[in-house]
Amino acid sequence: MRRKIFLLPLLAMATPVFAQEHAGHDMGEQPQTSTPDAPDSGTMDPGMMNRNQPDHSHVDHSHMDHARMEQDSMASGTAADDPIPQGAPPPAAFEGPAFAADAVVGADRMAASRGQVVKQVSGEMPVYWFQAERAEYRARAGKDGYLWDVQGYHGGDYDKLWLKSEGEGRFGEKPESAEVQALWSHAIGPWWDLQTGIRQDLTGPTRTHAVVGVQGLVPYEFEVDAAAFLSDNGDLTGRIEAEIDQRITQRLILQPRAEVNLSAHDIPELGIGAGLDTAELGVRLRYEFAREFAPYIGIEQEWKVGDSADYARAAGEDPSVTNYVVGVRFWF
Amino acid sequence: MTLINRRKFLHYGACGAGLVGLAGAMPAWARGVHGGTLARKGSDILSGEHLTMTVGDALFATGSRRGTAVTVNGTLPGPLLRLKQGQDLTVDLVNNASEGTSIHWHGMLVPFLMDGVPGITMAAVEPGETFRYRFPIRQAGTYWWHAHTLQEPMGHYGPIVIDPIEPDPFEYEREYVLMLTDWSPMNPHEIIRKLKVGEGYFNYQQTSWTDDYPLTSEQRRMWARMRMMPTDISDVTGSTYTFLVNGHGPEDGLELAYNPGERIRLRIINGSAMTFFNVRIPGLPMTVVAADGQNIRPVETDEFQMGNAETYDVIVEPKGAGAFAFVAEAMDRSGLGLATLTSRPDASAAVPALRKPPVLTMADMGMSAGDHGAGGMNGMSGMAEKSGDMAGMDMSGGMNMRDTSRLPDNVKVGPGLDMVAMNPVDRMGDPGIGLDDVGHRVLDYKQLVAAKPNPDDRRSARMKEIHLTGSMERYMWSFDGKKFSAVTDDPIRFAYNERVRVKLVNDTMMAHPIHLHGHFFELVNGAPPGHQPMKHTIVVQPGGSAQFDLTANEPGDWAFHCHLIYHMHTGMFQVVTVRPLDGGDK
Repeated sequence: MRRKIFLLPLLAMATPVFAQEHAGHDMGEQPQTSTPDAPDSGTMDPGMMNRNQPDHSHVDHSHMDHARMEQDSMASGTAADDPIPQGAPPPAAFEGPAFAADAVVGADRMAASRGQVVKQVSGEMPVYWFQAERAEYRARAGKDGYLWDVQGYHGGDYDKLWLKSEGEGRFGEKPESAEVQALWSHAIGPWWDLQTGIRQDLTGPTRTHAVVGVQGLVPYEFEVDAAAFLSDNGDLTGRIEAEIDQRITQRLILQPRAEVNLSAHDIPELGIGAGLDTAELGVRLRYEFAREFAPYIGIEQEWKVGDSADYARAAGEDPSVTNYVVGVRFWF
Repeated sequence: MTLINRRKFLHYGACGAGLVGLAGAMPAWARGVHGGTLARKGSDILSGEHLTMTVGDALFATGSRRGTAVTVNGTLPGPLLRLKQGQDLTVDLVNNASEGTSIHWHGMLVPFLMDGVPGITMAAVEPGETFRYRFPIRQAGTYWWHAHTLQEPMGHYGPIVIDPIEPDPFEYEREYVLMLTDWSPMNPHEIIRKLKVGEGYFNYQQTSWTDDYPLTSEQRRMWARMRMMPTDISDVTGSTYTFLVNGHGPEDGLELAYNPGERIRLRIINGSAMTFFNVRIPGLPMTVVAADGQNIRPVETDEFQMGNAETYDVIVEPKGAGAFAFVAEAMDRSGLGLATLTSRPDASAAVPALRKPPVLTMADMGMSAGDHGAGGMNGMSGMAEKSGDMAGMDMSGGMNMRDTSRLPDNVKVGPGLDMVAMNPVDRMGDPGIGLDDVGHRVLDYKQLVAAKPNPDDRRSARMKEIHLTGSMERYMWSFDGKKFSAVTDDPIRFAYNERVRVKLVNDTMMAHPIHLHGHFFELVNGAPPGHQPMKHTIVVQPGGSAQFDLTANEPGDWAFHCHLIYHMHTGMFQVVTVRPLDGGDK
């Protein structure tokens, strides 16, 4: 204590140093200790220090500033600059009932009321969402076709039931592909959900897949959905989709989109070759009449690659298809 | 006493009177639907010791918008309570609405059981029920009341004016209460859902290929890399809100009469759900005489920003005849509330155009580089250069936007925390987002000095640091990363009469107006000894910090929360306990 008093006249000059020293000696594991006039010494990037007195040249320098300056110079020689220690509340703070209103309102009544509030404000209120990201008509060589790509969820902040469905085909024919997925989606970070569940194929040889994937937002604001599928036949495949919204205006939005499908094996009955199976690259231009309703036009190129291309050619199909699309993106 | 015109005070509901007459002739949507009637605009005045406040479902219309609302005593805002310091007050709250309700007396020193927070101090008053509030009026000044439920943003709020026993140390001839609010035809639950599922749903001022924001392409890439929006100023905007002054939208033509040469006291209350307002009266300087109901040393200014739930009393003195526009511009500049101060009924004032929307700065990102006061993004290009990996998947060095090692151990790191302020400097001297460089005087917290010495001159014995945390993308908000369910058994504990300094660190890019119930605290703003300004609500600027000294001398359980209602309702809500309950009697 005597040493502190001795140091006091120096404080005005040496506050950050003192604060650090003080924290180191007395505060132990409390590195956040600080004073109003000194930066947090424990965790601060040294290059960022001494910047807690912003220059407010715009501020009117009225009489108030002079008053404050006087005060500052007066206070600098006092204990006012001493860091205030962080610490546990005094024992008295732990006395008495956990919930003060219980004794008057009634514990049961308050517990029920508290439960309601907790439910409302804790992100446990389930939220639903359904989106048709792509619902489109596809003009292309041969018969024109259609495609849907929809998803929706129901749940709270951390856990959701997430449903997805995709499919496409040509008018007048059976769908080429159609699938639904039911996933448990769990938040694993501010921008990422881990999704696990099952996928059921609705066309071709009936297949059920186990699904593990992630969905979220990568830096530069690309929406990414990447999943691996293990079928009941033991086939391991994967799919990565990425898209990004480029606002031309507040309502006119260009959305480049890419998708690749991968396979660990040749799956001849599905026309899938090992390795890179298909790739798609497209761009859609939508106009958001409302956030929830946006018609679009676009173009998308699909390639079957490698062995998959061979399978396609053997079946008399063109492994490279250009689609001119018109559709609507909507959600509710 | 100089309240010569107290009886004349408030032509307040006068402009709504025309609509009252019309109510009977309203079409079906305006009557009867959902059992509601059309809300009258503007408060009636209630005075006395025993009042009745009746909550009801209603409809509201302004401009081209119409939709459901909640009224108290049939008006929006509800009644203005004109009380006297030292009186006793009994209020019977009657719930004729379809949902549970409550009244919280914002800024009032009341026994905690009278504080009106369901789940903390009472159970919600269910439809058909009545609740009796009873407490002494211990203070004077400008305050307000509101539901502590999602009825609040629908219209369940109103002003409180308490006349002091000792005259105020300033003079005026006329006064008006101006309650600034935001009303949307969209149901609050639906607004929350939109905020959760649709990022930037209400923001039609986002960056685009064709905007004219002063951002370089490098800066734009940096924001995209961070997965943040530099235009994320307000979560809910004029795209759904109409900004109201005393229940009147800009097209409703609210007029406030004056006689030239009068000094007019304006008691301005930001009772909005989600809107910070920039308040100014072009051509008329304002002398701020009270903040949050407490007198301060008068300070003249041209504009000030008000966080939700803050109140400021100003005195203006229009010298000549004419008209002045009272402008409450939403912080994101997506709209404004409007009233006209006029010496003649037919005079009209030029309404200033909305200014360009602001963009967030380095300081708002928690990376104060010292010169943010100079207006902007100056430091940003340099920073972007030396931070190639910033906020990327492999983040390196000092530019990690989510360096959780900077957080104290008690802060929970998870999906609900998307940023850690790297350099959360004290931003008490900040005028608020977008007001750095407006070419005239702007008020900031450092200019507030309590008029009278504060009662407690003790130095705070301990520091309590609280982090404001959130995830914009998921629309989750919290204190110390913990949602409300995690904290009901682990409140912020203070001992009775403890003097404690609370440091709020904002690890988000939004400004948060933080309100502690049942107490005033003193802003640690460099004011002369004993004159730190007393407030009930403090705005913590984005990426910055703010401190207050608190004397915890009101025993009980108290809500502590962000007054952006959808931040509170998605988790930025805590309980403060002051024990023992018998306080000083022990």
